[in-house]
Amino acid sequence: MKRQVPLFITFFVGTLLILSVFIPPMENLGENFTLFFDIIAVFAFFLGGGNLLRVHFKKLSKKKRDWQYSIVTICGFFFMLAAGLFKIGNPGDIASSVTAEGSLFQTIYTNMFVPLGSTMYALLGFFVASASYRAFRAKNREATILLIAAFIILLGRTPFGTMLTVWIPDSMSIAQIPNLAIWIMNSFNLAGQRAILIGIGLGVVSMSLRLILGVERTYLGDDSA
Amino acid sequence: MTSLIASDHKYDDGDKIDLAWVPSIDDLPRDGLVTAYKIYRITNDGAPVEIAELTPGANSFRDEDRELDSTYSYYVATMSDGPTVESNRTAPMQTEREWLNLDRKFMFLVALILGGAIIYFIETARRGKKLFVRRIAGLEAVDEAIGRATEMGRPILFIPGIHDMDDVQTLAAITILGRVAGQVAEYETKIRMPVARSLVMTAARETIKAAYQTAGHPDAYSDEMVNYVTDEQFGYVAAVDGIMVREKPATVFLLGAFFAESLILAETGNSIGAIQIAGTARPAQLPFFIAACDFTLIGEELFAASAYLSGEPKQLGSLKGQDVGKMIAMIVILIGVLAVTLGDGWGIQVMADLANTLKMIFSGS
Repeated sequence: MKRQVPLFITFFVGTLLILSVFIPPMENLGENFTLFFDIIAVFAFFLGGGNLLRVHFKKLSKKKRDWQYSIVTICGFFFMLAAGLFKIGNPGDIASSVTAEGSLFQTIYTNMFVPLGSTMYALLGFFVASASYRAFRAKNREATILLIAAFIILLGRTPFGTMLTVWIPDSMSIAQIPNLAIWIMNSFNLAGQRAILIGIGLGVVSMSLRLILGVERTYLGDDSA
Repeated sequence: MTSLIASDHKYDDGDKIDLAWVPSIDDLPRDGLVTAYKIYRITNDGAPVEIAELTPGANSFRDEDRELDSTYSYYVATMSDGPTVESNRTAPMQTEREWLNLDRKFMFLVALILGGAIIYFIETARRGKKLFVRRIAGLEAVDEAIGRATEMGRPILFIPGIHDMDDVQTLAAITILGRVAGQVAEYETKIRMPVARSLVMTAARETIKAAYQTAGHPDAYSDEMVNYVTDEQFGYVAAVDGIMVREKPATVFLLGAFFAESLILAETGNSIGAIQIAGTARPAQLPFFIAACDFTLIGEELFAASAYLSGEPKQLGSLKGQDVGKMIAMIVILIGVLAVTLGDGWGIQVMADLANTLKMIFSGS
């Protein structure tokens, strides 16, 4: 029974949503089910928040390695919760938006959270360099082709690339590096991406059918189909 | 022009109105006086708005994206070098929503063929016929990756992306987790799974718990294997990077929906020397995984993974059905390229018509 009910719900909802694509009066079903999901997800947040607190309180009480950071996490959690819940410093009354300009919640978000997020994002610049170094080493034929294509595209996106081949007449404009870069992106790259997208589309159809028909049950913690 | 008729387009979502008229007697193929037809729409008795300008010879028009609860009326202005002549206004009308949207008949047909092929091969496999499925290197390496972590006595880190359970990629990741957790339980290796969504945490716990029970080690399971971190993208990345650097897992699985964080996670995993198996259905992130990970499941391979790892004939049958779709796509692409080249390039009308028909069938309408 524990497995049959979820399987029936999956089958019923899946079939209904497929039909809704072709039956106009049922078209809103997709949006409605998304709303149902959002409502469930809101309740699930308590599970997540609760788990976060449990993990860090446990770490703190057992004085596990780096337990000091748990104090920061717990304090941050309750501080932001209080700022948002009681709308501390909000220019309007309690009914005003939690993200209103000047509120404590918004101030912390803008001045602490956003810069911290940007710092993590900025790491990407360094990681792109290290990953590119490894990927573009000309160790075999494929990697050499990749290196040449990447070099043309990098050069084509800079003013230096334009400057290098500006002397090529318009009748041979395809040989100009920026145009060559566009050609690589629009022909080889786009064709490859579309092939991957077709595969993904088919994969989604196949996986969805496996789920709807109950052939795939691993997500329910059941291996026996 | 005369006899302007506005009618609701049949078998649609109630969003189209068809207009038809008899062209002006001055609208002649040669030396005609008409220069254009301008279509005007009046919504809910408001001011007329020009919605289209058609070339001489036109005698119909389809007004799309209309709303069900509005009334519409139309008139057509015949333009010439002389005075502009306006037709009578049509009576105000509303669109109607039918029970079947025949505008999507080709989509239905394609879905039927694909779905039919998948179900046919599942049934064929159920009857015991052996089906060949090509080797997927990334999935062949799963055993080796888990074995490595066991030998080294280090944990396995499983990252299911940053989307919720309503994303099919997360669902695919959870199904793979079921297979991985089964082996982890057998080898008695440690698994660690920080997640960015509460529902994913609940689903992952259930999946791992069931895998441990099936493997006969229910006592070895602990809720601490899966923990919620934060919904925030870069907060999550910071936490996962921290776990990687502190705990130095021997194996990292990055399977699911990833965005800008893909390379940050994969490069950190690479820097600690972990064997990394990644997979996503987001083409923009695939190059990052290919550059930084040992094995990458490209697009469809992520969705095929669970079926492949299970080795069950029924599940493998669904992959075979998928191949039928690929074969159809390849044939249609070849015919389409040929039709466009011969039709548009060489002016062969039959091929141009064929290209248009294929476009109509496969453009989602």
